[in-house]
Amino acid sequence: MREVYITKEKFPDVVGKLMNQHRVFGPVFQGQYHEFAELKASDEIDLTYQNTRLSPKGLFHPHSERMFQFSLAKGDPEAGIVKEAPKDYSSRLILGMRPCDAMAFRLDDVNFDTTTIKDPWWTRRRATTAIVGLGCNQPCRSCFCTSVGTGPFDPSGLDALLTDVGDGFILQAITEKGQELLDGISDGGPVPAAATEKATQLRKSAEAQFVTQFDPKALAEKDMLELFNASFWDEVQFSCINCGTCTFLCPTCWCFDIQDEVCEDQGDRIRIWDSCMFPLFTVHGSGHNPRSQKLQRVRQRFMHKLKYYQDKYHDGVACVGCGRCVKYCPVNIDIREVARLMTATCVCPA
Amino acid sequence: MNNPYLPYPVRIESIVTETEDRNLRTIKLLFLNPEDEEKFKYIPGQFAELSVAGLGEIPIGIASSPTEKGFLKFTVNKVGKVSSHIHNMQPGDIMGVRGPLGNWYPWDLLEGKNIVIIGGGFAFTTLRSSIVYMLDPRNRSRFGEISVVYGARFPGLLLFKEELAAWEQRDDIKMHITVDSTDDPNWKYNVGFVPAVTKQKAPDSENSYAIICGPPIMIKFTLPVLTELGFPPERIISSLEMRMKCGIGICGRCNLGTEYVCKDGPVFTLEQLSRLPNEY
Ligand SMILES: Cc1cc2nc3c(=O)[nH]c(=O)nc-3n(C[C@H](O)[C@H](O)[C@H](O)COP(=O)(O)OP(=O)(O)OC[C@H]3O[C@@H](n4cnc5c(N)ncnc54)[C@H](O)[C@@H]3O)c2cc1C
Ligand code: SF4
Ligand code: SF4
Ligand code: FES
Repeated sequence: MREVYITKEKFPDVVGKLMNQHRVFGPVFQGQYHEFAELKASDEIDLTYQNTRLSPKGLFHPHSERMFQFSLAKGDPEAGIVKEAPKDYSSRLILGMRPCDAMAFRLDDVNFDTTTIKDPWWTRRRATTAIVGLGCNQPCRSCFCTSVGTGPFDPSGLDALLTDVGDGFILQAITEKGQELLDGISDGGPVPAAATEKATQLRKSAEAQFVTQFDPKALAEKDMLELFNASFWDEVQFSCINCGTCTFLCPTCWCFDIQDEVCEDQGDRIRIWDSCMFPLFTVHGSGHNPRSQKLQRVRQRFMHKLKYYQDKYHDGVACVGCGRCVKYCPVNIDIREVARLMTATCVCPA
Repeated sequence: MNNPYLPYPVRIESIVTETEDRNLRTIKLLFLNPEDEEKFKYIPGQFAELSVAGLGEIPIGIASSPTEKGFLKFTVNKVGKVSSHIHNMQPGDIMGVRGPLGNWYPWDLLEGKNIVIIGGGFAFTTLRSSIVYMLDPRNRSRFGEISVVYGARFPGLLLFKEELAAWEQRDDIKMHITVDSTDDPNWKYNVGFVPAVTKQKAPDSENSYAIICGPPIMIKFTLPVLTELGFPPERIISSLEMRMKCGIGICGRCNLGTEYVCKDGPVFTLEQLSRLPNEY
């Protein structure tokens, strides 16, 4: 597939032109952190960022989303009938997403887009969005993408990939969608040999910074119930405060709640992110709660990511090693440590 | 493809109070659009999400049988927000139904087998669906002997009393209704707990399957009895309850290990459950 070279001077123009054709989203510095947002101006995008604090999952699975609407107005013949809510599915372009986050959406696809049941909102957004990634020249200390089957320049979840080579970007098409995008860009030039060489160097040095943290295959081979009943969960859960930060930031945590909200005589059925870390997540109307203990909830999160997902879909773990949960957990619970405990062949008595 | 979260609009045709304590009511629902009934093709053992606009949805087992055309029935225990509201609704009111959801009792495996149904409490609803289905003239010959052990704390808590009485009269189903205790001098049936009655009345386990649904305590004490009678775990079938939202295996709420109870269940054999974390 084709690739072009775009100088940093020209880059804002390129973004501006893309904004005429699509709704363009990118990393924007907001308050103290970078977040993905729809660009209002072409110079808002900041590709010097490391990664956003919140994952970009909200672009496909918003934190809260109106699913349906209804009227409860007295005398309305349609009162009480739940109906589709209008949504904007015009073409979107996400610029500068990290390859791990883009890969995360592929892991989430197996949940939202199955052969028998398709989540209509997720699948439509996926179909009408192109993702242009930004390779990681300088991975952060909490990242471990190469341990979980992806990498700092992994193109698998992307339509096109940007590599920052100093004075400019190399933009490579990965899919048909990416190719079309490139075809529409007139400000690019052929890629200079020096830039290609720089890109190869950057990739190698980025990849060399990772140490293998654990082996997902070793987790696949473990017995599910043996892991479930292991004694180390007591230690893992000890300091967790069940704040849910890890699940909210994670690009592969998709759990949600469904609630109705009514304002006067009009209402919406909405879905909102939820977390398996919260006791209310599983409590029955009777008060019975199958996961009433913190240990059970912590175990659920790690077992789901590292074991259940893997056993159910046979395609690796539900973690792309973005490191958000590691970086932002207030009590320093580290999924890499947990995975090591889970793969240890012998758990020595204390 | 249809939006799997969108309920079909239905109208409440009737509401019947089933039990003396008034905690269980059966609602009969008619589809507002006749073509929706065609789309709602279900098999006994499945459930649906009952939707009340403004309050939310609750998963409820389908109590009617697919052999009964033109309506759906659900028996709702009064628990919290949505179920209490449904108790106060009136015939003619509009609500929604989403489904059918989940798997069903394994009717292909049950073919040619003796079946013992063991139920207690409101979990008897999908068992009622199953009994009506098996007794349908087109289906009865597909199954061997059918026995039913159904228990309640006292007679006033039994569901579907008229149907129970009618089934008692038939010779192609063996009914063993029981209550924990009663002071009714005219009580014609058993007195005793479900496990004890099961022990006395269950058929030979040879060529038989057991379907058991009820309160956890009943299940806990009945399973050893079934084992003693020679039922292997792969021929003991149960239906689980978990807190649910989407009902289609997407919202992530109801898993037992790798399985989503809403989509991969709610019906599991004891053998399947033995390989999953017991977080239910
Ligand atoms: C497969 C299945 C079949 C069921 N069949 C029946 C039946 O035939 N008859 C019957 O009376 N009850 C049945 N239940 C239980 C019934 O779903 C709960 O009693 C009901 O959801 C309580 O909702 P509420 O709004 O009244 O209570 P609240 O406590 O106010 O609940 C609020 C919300 O929590 C969720 N919730 C609470 N308890 C449960 C629960 N036990 N299971 C699932 N979600 C829950 C629901 O989303 C509900 O809207 C079944 C549950 C499952 C999972
Ligand atoms: S589990 Fe942690 S490291 Fe893995 S994808 Fe989620 S937030 Fe990133
Ligand atoms: S971020 Fe840390 S403390 Fe908070 S729920 Fe996750 S593991 Fe527990
Ligand atoms: S209820 Fe949503 S996954 Fe089961």
